[in-house]
Amino acid sequence: MKELEGAVAVITGGFRGIGLATAKQLADAGAAVAVLDMDESGKESAEAELPGGRAYICNVTELEDVNTAVDAVTEELGPITVLVNNAGVTRDNLLLRMKDDEWNLVLDVNLRGTFLMTRAVSKGMIKERAGSIVNLASVVGVMGNAGQANYASAKAGIIGFTKAVAKELAPRGVRANAVAPGFIDTAMTQKLPKKARETLMGQIPLGKLGEPEDVARVIRFLAGPASSYITGQVLVVDGGMVM
Amino acid sequence: MADIESRVRDIIVTELGVEPSKVTPEASFVEDLGADSLDTVELVMAFEEEFGIEIPDEDAEKMETVGDAIKYLTEKEGA
Ligand SMILES: NC(=O)c1ccc[n+]([C@@H]2O[C@H](COP(=O)([O-])OP(=O)(O)OC[C@H]3O[C@@H](n4cnc5c(N)ncnc54)[C@H](O)[C@@H]3O)[C@@H](O)[C@H]2O)c1
Repeated sequence: MKELEGAVAVITGGFRGIGLATAKQLADAGAAVAVLDMDESGKESAEAELPGGRAYICNVTELEDVNTAVDAVTEELGPITVLVNNAGVTRDNLLLRMKDDEWNLVLDVNLRGTFLMTRAVSKGMIKERAGSIVNLASVVGVMGNAGQANYASAKAGIIGFTKAVAKELAPRGVRANAVAPGFIDTAMTQKLPKKARETLMGQIPLGKLGEPEDVARVIRFLAGPASSYITGQVLVVDGGMVM
Repeated sequence: MADIESRVRDIIVTELGVEPSKVTPEASFVEDLGADSLDTVELVMAFEEEFGIEIPDEDAEKMETVGDAIKYLTEKEGA
């Protein structure tokens, strides 16, 4: 039997990048997977990449969307036992030039989206007395980064959120952990200028960018029974950038 | 339809996993029925679901005993 047989996994921001790679890993581990994303143009290709999986349009900052999607998944696949809060955006700018909109959007999607999803899903997990929540933080939330005051705040917030939730839900058998990726080759980092990419690369001891699968395999570990005695932790997946 | 009192008792028995005989009107959720803070939240959520109502935090905090809950929900239901 595979390690996530019988599990129902929801992955937000799951139409591409780390989210899609995670959905594939969790499906490979035997879970029924549902990917939620606001990018309507990416739905078809996500479905094609996830045979047997389900895709839902959902903006994690919209309470209505969140409740509708969580209800739909529960009805169609069963009680949700794995939640991966992966939807995230960046709007980089130096502090002095950062617009309120840039600050608000990044906090809203990364942090508030994680809160809304976790609140909606944890109710069922508490009832089931089982569940694993994995939140996508970032090394930037651990060590900071010039030009990302908004993103660093949101990701550090996710770390605090993860620990608080881990403590609150532990008595009900629900775990919560965070993954903090370093520099992973996805659409999010492909938009960085070439020079910034090269500088960043120089700071990675393992000497290469991470692939979405490098993060997805760690999420699979945290989602499943192999990590059953781990909760409230932040696992850094960064080729050795932060030690 | 079962009366409100027995519906409330049933929920308490299921949610807190206690003996029905312990669910007396004077029984305090925390002191007599061993509920922790998360249990009481779950209990209130179960009441909300069963009766299709929303219980504000201020009201929930005042529900300390089985009798409090029965009284509150009877009033709400009757309204
Ligand atoms: N790529 C990296 O180097 C890196 C590093 C550290 C952390 N992360 C984190 O990993 C996660 C995934 O990043 P990625 O690199 O795969 O990014 P990506 O941009 O490739 O994918 C993000 C996905 O989230 C979706 N999304 C955005 N806003 C949404 C919203 N409001 N509601 C629902 N879906 C929404 C997008 O449509 C997209 O499909 C993010 O939380 C990101 O912050 C990435």
